[in-house]
Amino acid sequence: MNLNATLFAQLAVFFVLAWFTMRFVWPPIMKALDERAGKIADGLAAADKAKADLVHAEKKAAEELRHARESAAEFRSGAEKQAAQLLEEARTEAARVISVARDAAQAEAGVAAQRAKEALREQVALLAVAGAEKILRKEINPQAHAELLSQLKSEL
Amino acid sequence: MSSSTENAPVAGDYIVHHLTHLTNTGHKQTAVIDWTIINVDTLFWSVSMGVLAIIFMVVAARRATSGVPGRLQGAVEMLVEMVETQSKAIVHGDRRFIAPVALTVFIWILFMNALDFLPVDLLPRIAELFGVHYQRIVPTADLNGALGMSLGVLLLCLYYNIKIKGFGGWVHELFTAPFGNHPLLYPVNFAMQMIEFIAKTVSHGMRLFGNMYAGELVFMLIALMGSTATALGFFGHVVAGSIWAIFHILIVVLQAFIFMMLTLVYIGQAHESH
Repeated sequence: MNLNATLFAQLAVFFVLAWFTMRFVWPPIMKALDERAGKIADGLAAADKAKADLVHAEKKAAEELRHARESAAEFRSGAEKQAAQLLEEARTEAARVISVARDAAQAEAGVAAQRAKEALREQVALLAVAGAEKILRKEINPQAHAELLSQLKSEL
Repeated sequence: MSSSTENAPVAGDYIVHHLTHLTNTGHKQTAVIDWTIINVDTLFWSVSMGVLAIIFMVVAARRATSGVPGRLQGAVEMLVEMVETQSKAIVHGDRRFIAPVALTVFIWILFMNALDFLPVDLLPRIAELFGVHYQRIVPTADLNGALGMSLGVLLLCLYYNIKIKGFGGWVHELFTAPFGNHPLLYPVNFAMQMIEFIAKTVSHGMRLFGNMYAGELVFMLIALMGSTATALGFFGHVVAGSIWAIFHILIVVLQAFIFMMLTLVYIGQAHESH
C-alpha cells in the first residue's frame, strides 16, 4: 500500500493503450458491425420485396389463368357458332342441290314423257292411218289427207 | 505466527514476501510515498497484459468482416457492442475516444485481474530461478496500478469538462454548483466539488485495488494450507482454492466491468452541466 512513481507510469500506459484502441481497434470493428447491420437490413428488405413480388406474381398468374380460360371459352363458343353456321350452310346447299337435282329430274322426266307421248302419237297416228287405210283403203290418200292426219296427231 | 513443519516458511514471512514488490531499488519501499521508486513487476505485468489485450483486439479488428463472424470476432464484437451500448446510454456527446477508452479499460483490467488465477507461487518461483526475489504479478492489486488508471479517468473528466463547458463555464460551475449561485455559497460549492473529484478518483481506484488485493491475499492464505504438506492441508487447499478461484471469476469480471462503467459515468458527468 505504498505510492510511488509506478502511478505515473501506469497513467501513461493507460493513455497509450486507450489511444491505440481508438486508432486501430475500434474503427474496423465498428465498421464491420455497421456494414453487417446494413447487410442484414438489406437482406430483410429483399426478403420483404420477394414476398411482395411473390404475391404480385401469384395475382398475375391467377389473372392470366382467368384470361386464358375466358379466351378459350370465347374460342369455343366462336367455333361452335361457326360449326353451326357451316352446318346450316351445308344443309342449305344440300337442299338447294337436291331441289336442283329434283327439278332436273322432273324436267328430264317431263321431256321423256313428252317424247314418249310424241312417239306414242306417232305410232297412234300410224296405227290410225293404218286402220283407216284398212278401212278406207281406196278413198284415203295419205298425201291428200296429211293435213287432217297431223291435226289428228296433235289432238291425241 | 505458526509453522507446522521445518521446511515450510513462517506464515507471516511468506505473506510479506509475496506482498513485496520488485522495485527499481531492489529493496522494499519503506516510506508511504516515495516518487523515486518504481514497481518494476507491476509495470512489466500491466504493460504485458496491455499488449496482450491490444493483440487480442487487433487480431479481431484485422479479421473483422461484415460477413459471418468467427468465434474470436464474435466475442470481441459482443464486448464492443456492450461497451458501445453502455457508453451511448451514459455519455451524451462525442464518443469517438470515450467508447474506445472504456473498451480498453475493460479488457486490460480483465486481463490484469485474470493473472490472479495463476497459482500464487508459480511466477514468483520461476522468477526466483532467474535471481529475481520479489514478484507480484497482479498489477491491479497494486495501489499504484489501480490509482494510475483512475487518475487517467480524472484527467479525462477534467479535459471533457473544459472541452464541453469551456474553461470559464467550468470554473463557473465549480463555484456555483451544487448549491447555487450566491457569493456566500462559492467556497462551499468549491469545497464540495473538490471533495467530489477526489472522492470519485480515490474510490474508483481503491475499489479495484481493494478487491484484487483481498483476493490475492486469500489465495496466499489458501496456499499456506497446502504448504503445510499434510493431508488436511492439501485437502483444504484443493477445496478452498477451487471454491475461491471459481468465486474469483465473478470478481475479476465484475471489477473490470465496474471500473469501466464508473469510467463512463464519471466522463458522462463531465458532459452534463449542473
